[in-house]
Amino acid sequence: MTETVVVGAFGAGERLPAAEPVIEVRDLRMRYGAKEVLDGIDFSARPGEVIALLGPNGAGKTTTIEILEGFRRRSAGHVRVLGVDPERGDERWRSRLGVVLQSWRDHGRWRVRDLLEHVGLHYAPFGTDRIPRPWPVDDLIEAVGLTAAAKTRVSRLSGGQRRRLDVAIGIAGRPELLFLDEPTVGFDPAARREFHDLIHELTDLVETTVLLTTHDLDEAEKLADRILILAGGRIIASGSADELSRQVAGETEIRWTRDGQRFVHSTADATAYVHHLFLQYGEAIGDLEVRRSSLEDTYMKLVLEAEVAR
Amino acid sequence: MSSMRLGLRRGWIDIRHTFTSPAELWQYVFPAILLLGTAFFMRNATVPGTSFSLGARTLPSAFGMGIAMGGLVATAQMLIVDREDGTLLRAKAVPRGMTSYLIGKVVTIGGMSLISFLLQLIPGLLLVKGLDAGGTDWLTLFWLLPLGFVATLPLGAAIGSLFDDPRNMAMVMFPILGLIAISGIFYPISGFPGWLQGVAQAFPMYWLGLGMRSAFLPDSMASVEIAHSWRHLATFGVLTGWAIIGLTLAPMLLRRMAARESGSAVAARRERALTRVGR
Repeated sequence: MTETVVVGAFGAGERLPAAEPVIEVRDLRMRYGAKEVLDGIDFSARPGEVIALLGPNGAGKTTTIEILEGFRRRSAGHVRVLGVDPERGDERWRSRLGVVLQSWRDHGRWRVRDLLEHVGLHYAPFGTDRIPRPWPVDDLIEAVGLTAAAKTRVSRLSGGQRRRLDVAIGIAGRPELLFLDEPTVGFDPAARREFHDLIHELTDLVETTVLLTTHDLDEAEKLADRILILAGGRIIASGSADELSRQVAGETEIRWTRDGQRFVHSTADATAYVHHLFLQYGEAIGDLEVRRSSLEDTYMKLVLEAEVAR
Repeated sequence: MSSMRLGLRRGWIDIRHTFTSPAELWQYVFPAILLLGTAFFMRNATVPGTSFSLGARTLPSAFGMGIAMGGLVATAQMLIVDREDGTLLRAKAVPRGMTSYLIGKVVTIGGMSLISFLLQLIPGLLLVKGLDAGGTDWLTLFWLLPLGFVATLPLGAAIGSLFDDPRNMAMVMFPILGLIAISGIFYPISGFPGWLQGVAQAFPMYWLGLGMRSAFLPDSMASVEIAHSWRHLATFGVLTGWAIIGLTLAPMLLRRMAARESGSAVAARRERALTRVGR
C-alpha cells in the first residue's frame, strides 16, 4: 500500500509550500425533506491521492460526489474543491476538474476522435504553463488504448471500449481532480479488471487526484490509497486497506491441531500467542493457520455497527 | 476557441451526421415527397372564391408549417432526448459546454430546417404550377425565415426543458397538431368562426404560413386572406412578440433544467428507459 511521503519536510532539497488540499469537506450535511442523507461528513484529499468512498447503496456516496462536482447543492457545511466552493465554481474552476460519466447512447453517431477533439477544444483557453490543455487528442486516444477505434462511431464501440472513451472524455482537459462515480457498476469481471488497469496506468502517468465512489470493496482496495467508509450518511472509518483491517478490534484468528483435536482462538496479539503455544507444546502443534481479519470482515463489521447505531 | 466557434463546429458535425444514415436521409426526403404528392392530388381543387389551385396554395403554407415544426417540435424533442441520454450532462461537465451545446443545437436545427425547406422549395418551384416568386418576394424570405426561427426555436427549447421523459412528447405533439389544423395550412381559415380565427392568429404557425404565401403566391391571392392583405407588419409584430417571449423564458427554464442534471438523474432515467423496453 502506498504511504504518503511528505516531500521537502526533511531538508532533502527545496522546500515546497505546504500543499493546499485538493478537497476540503467539513461537516457536510444534506437533507431531502425530513430525510438526512449526509450527516456531517469530514475529509480532505491531498494532491495526487486516490481516495475511494466506499459504502453500501444509499449511504450517500453519490450525493457527496455530486456536491463536490458542483452538480448538486448542499444543505449545510464547508466544502472547497481546488480552493473553490463548488456552488460558486466558474468555468476556469470547471476546466480543472474531470468527471467520468457512464455513457449510454449519447453521441452515438460521433466518431471517437471527433468527439474527443471537440471536448478537448473546450479546455484550450484554460491551459497554463504548468498544465497545457487539452491533452493532444491522438496522445489521449493512445493513452486509453483506443487508437484502433479512433474512427469508429461511438454506437459501434464494445462495452469495454466505451468505458475507455468515458475515461478519455473525463481526462481530456488534463484535470487536477478526477471524479469517478461507481465507475464499474454493471461490468463483467474482465471489463472491470481492464478498467482497473487503465486507472492504474493513468494515475501512474499523471499527477491527478482521484475521488471515486464504489460499493465494491475489492475495487476500493485495488485502486485507492485511502478508503473512506460511508454508512448512514457518516464516514465511519478511513485509512489504507491495511490500516482499516487493523483498526477493527485487531482480532486475529489462530487455528491449529494437537493430538488430532482442532483448536480455534482469537486474539489481538497473534505473534505472542503462537510463541507461547510452541513453548508449551512444541512439535505437537500441527496445521497452524494465522488469519488476520480481512478487509471484508472489517467492512461488514463496520457497516453493521453503523446500521445498528442508527 | 470561442464558445461560438465550438458551437458552430458542433452543429456542423451534427448536421453532417444526418447525411450518413439512410433513415435520416429519408427524414429529409419523405416530407418533401409527401408534400409534393399532396400538392399534386389537390391540383384540381381550387381555393374557395378563386380559380387558383388549392395544391399550389398548400405548398407555401406547408413551408411555414415546416419552419414552425422544426423550431418547436424538433428543438423540444432533441432537448428531451439529449437530457435523457446524458448528452446534456456531458456538456455540463465541460467548461462552457452548455453554451457551445446550445449554439450547436441552434445551428443543427436551423441547418436541418433550411435543408428540408430547400428540398421542398426547389422541386416545388419546378413542378407545381401557380407559384410565383418575384424579386421582392425573396426579400420577404430574408426577414421571415430568421424571424421564424427566433420566434419558434427558443419557445421549443422552453417547452423541451419542461419534460424529461420522451414519452411525454405526445403532450407537446397534440396541441401542435391542433394548431396545424386551425392555422390555415391545408385549407384557408377565412370561413372558420371568428373566435377560432382569433386563436389561430395568436400563434406563430398561422403567420409563418401567411408570410410564406405572401412570398410564393401571386399578390392577387391576398384578397382571400383575412383582412384581404398579406399583413406583413402584423406578421412581423406577432413573430417578434413570440421571439421575445421565447428568448425571455428559454434562458430561465434552460438554466433551471441544467441545474438539475447530475449523474444520478441520468442514471435514474436510464433505469426508467430500460424498464420501459421490458429488459
